[in-house]
Amino acid sequence: MEATPQFLGRNMYGLEDYSADEIMYILEASKAMKEINLRQYKKIPTLRGKTVCTLFIEDSTRTRMSFELAAKRLSADVVSFAASISSLQKGESLQDTIYTLGAMGIDLYCIRHSSPGSPQLVHKYSQKPVINGGDGRHAHPTQALLDIFSIWEHVGNLKGLKVTIVGDILNSRVVRSNLIGMKKLGMDVTICGPRTLMPPNMDKLFGCRVQYELREALRDADIVMGLRMQFERMTEGLFPSLEEYSKHYALTQETIKFAKSDALIMHPGPMNRGIEILPEIADSKQSIIVEQVANGVAVRMALMFLILGGKL
Amino acid sequence: MTTLIKNGNVYLNGKFQTRDILIKKEKIQKIARHLPEKADRVIDASGKHIFPGFVDLHVHLRDPGQTYKEDIVSGTRAAAHGGFTSLCAMPNTDPVVDNIATVDYIQRRAKDLGSAKVYVIGAMTKKSEGLEISEMATMKSGGIVAVSDDGGCVQNAKLMLNCIRYATNFGLPLVVHAEDYNLAGKGQIHGGKVSSRLGLTGLPSLAEEVIVSRDIMLAENNDARLHIAHISTARSIEMVRQARERGAKISSEVTPHHLILTEEACLSFDTNTKMKPPLRTEEDRLACLEALRDGTIDCIATDHASHADFEKVREFDHAPFGIIGLETAFSALYHHLVKPGLLSLERLAEALTDAPARVLDLPPAMLKAGLPADLTIIDLEQQTHFSPENILSKSKNTPWLDQKLWGKVLYTFLDGRITWEDPDAQIS
Repeated sequence: MEATPQFLGRNMYGLEDYSADEIMYILEASKAMKEINLRQYKKIPTLRGKTVCTLFIEDSTRTRMSFELAAKRLSADVVSFAASISSLQKGESLQDTIYTLGAMGIDLYCIRHSSPGSPQLVHKYSQKPVINGGDGRHAHPTQALLDIFSIWEHVGNLKGLKVTIVGDILNSRVVRSNLIGMKKLGMDVTICGPRTLMPPNMDKLFGCRVQYELREALRDADIVMGLRMQFERMTEGLFPSLEEYSKHYALTQETIKFAKSDALIMHPGPMNRGIEILPEIADSKQSIIVEQVANGVAVRMALMFLILGGKL
Repeated sequence: MTTLIKNGNVYLNGKFQTRDILIKKEKIQKIARHLPEKADRVIDASGKHIFPGFVDLHVHLRDPGQTYKEDIVSGTRAAAHGGFTSLCAMPNTDPVVDNIATVDYIQRRAKDLGSAKVYVIGAMTKKSEGLEISEMATMKSGGIVAVSDDGGCVQNAKLMLNCIRYATNFGLPLVVHAEDYNLAGKGQIHGGKVSSRLGLTGLPSLAEEVIVSRDIMLAENNDARLHIAHISTARSIEMVRQARERGAKISSEVTPHHLILTEEACLSFDTNTKMKPPLRTEEDRLACLEALRDGTIDCIATDHASHADFEKVREFDHAPFGIIGLETAFSALYHHLVKPGLLSLERLAEALTDAPARVLDLPPAMLKAGLPADLTIIDLEQQTHFSPENILSKSKNTPWLDQKLWGKVLYTFLDGRITWEDPDAQIS
């Protein structure tokens, strides 16, 4: 497998910039990468001499580790920059941070930031390719790619698959990226959550179905994805109690019956067991939640490989 | 000193007519089809358009206190560059203009060093905190033309009612920035399709509309003069229309950006598309345009709000709200609305001159013998390039940065003296 020129030096801000064929090509590359991850010696020399910077302006240990492992397994040098937005506000601006890092010779940035659009800013300041590792509530394309990859591995043909995503849609970048990617690949997506956590116009914007009633939303689903319910939404007056939320929107043995009997269960993590998903569902044999994490490394390897132009 | 401007298309009595204008000292002496007089300075304005100096009811001069963004000198120079000769300075400076000393400072400094006439709008509440009525009457004796808490909005309806009664008592109009803080929340852009798409927190139209509705009721009940600043939604406009039909003394202004751009512009994450009120939907934009055409909206105001690069060029949700507008207003409106036939040049001229002057009882902004020679000469056949070097404001935060737009201000005259002269313009 070889990195084709069409990916070279490109940014991954979001899946809207990639065609269905290109997304499928990334999945193919991810498959090759996954094979490397299963070897005894999990390393190939393809990105030797390249430097990847993980720039995390919002906490996320898991995603950062996944990006770092991906880069290391391709033999790139990795530097990490972690800062909180508050420290960035007091001291150096994002612009100055990028100028400083750029002077050290970075070839690719992987950024996580609470502000939508910040990957574009990083590219503007650095003129280097940028992979978006999550920008506010806007996009999280590598998560969507790993979700789609995980489904593809299990089911094969993606076209026409019925996917139901349940939870805090308003605050979810994972949903937005998945909606774009899944739609491009011909999947049929329903999103579900209380109306206070549902942004307006989602159906028109993303060509999905919007449901406020969980059982209706789950009916005949091939794939069921739960989303993390964040406690702070309660103090924002968006719902009254976790108990009430759970009663209406949790994935339980009773509610999951409305989906197909062999439906795959997914969750981008970290999970609140007992709130949006019950342990018996999270740990059931239909659950591929742990696989998703493993696939995350493979997908991120594939992207770095394609963007920086490696050879296998 | 006399100046003779020959053969211009002069905006007179609502129409453009070929005329000569003779300026003597600070006043217009004569306007006629053909003036044989000799003058110290002669400008051939053949093929050019001559407007009364533009009037902007809504400018943030940032002086005192934030002069790294703008000051009275740079702000009024920017005004002159855009064809403006009169502007109203909003009170959200540091300190806030809630006292006669600050009113006095701005007026003196503008008089001594400014390139435009500056009228001061005083704060409606002390420090614009929305808690206690400001010393409106004292400030009125010092020359303020209206009161406003612009940038913020009095949330307490009872206090607003008192502001309305008190201001009216002293003959002061009230200028309202309509925004309900709870509905607005931490909103970044219009609450609609683009905010849903980008995951940016939305500023819903309702945040504006509930205050417009409230303040129209409060003002109408007290026969007060209320001016809605930067109106931006179709429903706000509808409420203003109905109130005016009932005879209420409600006026409003619209900005060039709300007439030209929509929320779609925010898809670029360009922070120069971030302002309050936010860029709305195409439906709202068309409603603004229609209301400007039919006179429901009285006038155009820029809401010129400078911010330094280090503040504005950054992550979208950490950048401050606001864009500059004095220099781009005419060209942007001419280029995007008049040239394509969506707005008449006559209505644009009116909405930038005498219409705003009438809203706040400023001196008439028209070309007439005996009036101050405040005017601007514009070439519609030339483009202006809004490069950072060509922008005179201290800040460059405009969505039209680096664009070339039709319409070029060749000269601006203030009280008979030239405050802006394009480098390519030629005086004979």
